[in-house]
Amino acid sequence: MISSQATTVKGPGSGKKLLSGARKIATSFAVILTTLLGLLVITFVIGRLVPADPVIAAIGDQADQVTYDRVYKEMGLDRPLYVQFGHYLADVVRLDFGQSHITKNTVSSDLARVFPATIELATLATLIGAGFGVPLGVISAVRKGTWVDHLGRVVGLLGYSTPIFWLGTIVILIFYAKFGLIPGGGRIDIYNEGLVEGPTGSLLLDSILAGEWEVFFSALHHVIAPALILGYAAMAYLSRMSRSFMLEQLRQEYILTARAKGLGQRAVVWRHAFRNIRVQLLTVVALAYCGLLDGTVLIETVFAWPGLGQYLTSALFFADMNAVLGSVLLIGMISIAINLLSDIVYRFIDPRTR
Amino acid sequence: MTQNSSFTSLHNWLINEEFTSTRQARLHKMYVAWLSLLANPLAFTGFLVVLSLIVVAILAPAITSYDPYSQDLSRALQPLSWQHWFGTDEFGRDVYTRLVYGARTTLYISILVTIIVAPIGFLIGATAGYLGGWVDIVLMRITDIFLSFPSLVLALAFSASLGPGIENAVIAIALTVWPPIARLARAETLTFRNADFVVAAELQGAGMIRILVRHIVPLCAPSVVVRLTLNMSSIILTAAGLGFLGLGAQPPMPEWGAMAASGRQYLLDAWWLTTIPGVAILTVSLAFNLLGDGLRDILDPRNA
Repeated sequence: MISSQATTVKGPGSGKKLLSGARKIATSFAVILTTLLGLLVITFVIGRLVPADPVIAAIGDQADQVTYDRVYKEMGLDRPLYVQFGHYLADVVRLDFGQSHITKNTVSSDLARVFPATIELATLATLIGAGFGVPLGVISAVRKGTWVDHLGRVVGLLGYSTPIFWLGTIVILIFYAKFGLIPGGGRIDIYNEGLVEGPTGSLLLDSILAGEWEVFFSALHHVIAPALILGYAAMAYLSRMSRSFMLEQLRQEYILTARAKGLGQRAVVWRHAFRNIRVQLLTVVALAYCGLLDGTVLIETVFAWPGLGQYLTSALFFADMNAVLGSVLLIGMISIAINLLSDIVYRFIDPRTR
Repeated sequence: MTQNSSFTSLHNWLINEEFTSTRQARLHKMYVAWLSLLANPLAFTGFLVVLSLIVVAILAPAITSYDPYSQDLSRALQPLSWQHWFGTDEFGRDVYTRLVYGARTTLYISILVTIIVAPIGFLIGATAGYLGGWVDIVLMRITDIFLSFPSLVLALAFSASLGPGIENAVIAIALTVWPPIARLARAETLTFRNADFVVAAELQGAGMIRILVRHIVPLCAPSVVVRLTLNMSSIILTAAGLGFLGLGAQPPMPEWGAMAASGRQYLLDAWWLTTIPGVAILTVSLAFNLLGDGLRDILDPRNA
């Protein structure tokens, strides 16, 4: 509704506006490029810091000196660092992260395989976190100082303070080992595995699309515990943030005006105050999503969830540096992409940024 | 009775706002902060837990009767008892003892990280805010690059390449903690950058270092201290996460995250091995959050 209004406004200044819009886009593009470059510098440096000799890692310690020297040269290790970085850059642009020592596949094909599982988990967790966290925060702000507020604060702080890997382990101990209510780990029951291979890579969506309800419920059964635990962490953050955003709004004079006009509580809170925090909320939801990528590393390890996090930790365990650097780079890029996306949507829904 | 009245007069002296000396004014400020901490039961609880963590870490040998490293396989995996309050682990070591010594590891990591991070974050943020221009752009760009990584993943990558171990974990965590501090210090500096007292100091010929250290740092300090206290909790959780993944403190060193991780193999037979260290992590990290929250209410009432 807002955007249609904006397109109809075409005054004499619209050409100038377009130019400044283009400049803004160019600037944010430059910012993203430098951030990406910085990301690559960091992963490159991390790769160089590794004490293990990359040549020996490739050919083994039985090889003779001649082979060693040849491979050393082939890998470009005799060249200056900036040339090596250039090669690294060229490899990354071609999506060539090298080969994984464990799986013997290229890292990029491995990443493509594990990536959807993580996105599925993190997205579901963000939805849970926002679905519970935002209303809780809003209600806490409206009923500041009441028991709801205190409860919300305690729930939030607990979410901030709980070691997520430990919570996952305890949930497995109680709900899997004692009561058998949830599966012990993984993404789906073995006998349902491979039944659905779909376009999205998310088992939940793919099984719906294929109409395989048994697969859907099996996948849902598996995802529920890890998604709820991660969602709780996101909820803690989001409820706290929405509470403080709402408090800020409720102090404003337009709220007083709205109340003086005789508007009911619901209209004041949701149609006036909440409308104004949507933009800020979007930014923190994006941040929460990025934060969850951290959580997935731990929770995937606990729940044997075959995603990026588990791939990363098993690569760490076997010092498979190509796989480690590829995963780290991918996670960094997802973060940047999410922030970029929230930035774009932000421009759409906040008229002040146009 | 006499003691009581001397307390009352001390209280009156401290609460009195007609100061006769700078010292009285300073003590008054600290006393009022202390009273507001006492008035906030949650924050005070956090304070007490943090205090007892420190006491436990210092007095570790005095409050345990076992050695955290000595193994006794004949006593492995014993449940909770009067001899072993929190049972024994797979090597027959007393879990209570290891928990107490683990407090040292936790404190060691979080204090070391804070000592490294506070001055670096301050320096980068305050310099960027004070100088502005391209220095600001470059420094903040670097900060943003570090911020764009989820912190545990960055810490994982660094400790993987530096090699496992507690010192490397400290470096890795520090690398992820400094950017928010720098951001905050910059924002705070910007609010004072053009204040009259800064301009006056500049006119008197004060150099940048002097202005930063004497005028800007003291004003940024409260919000940075709050941030650092709240950070303690995330440092502890990250350290525990690294320990859990085998990248932090190495065995046999007692560390809560690593203890919880090694207990997972015996989860069904010995629940206490994983549960108890986790409760310890949760308690301490919650305490730092409560304390930080309370400190913010006291030092920075805008966000209360």
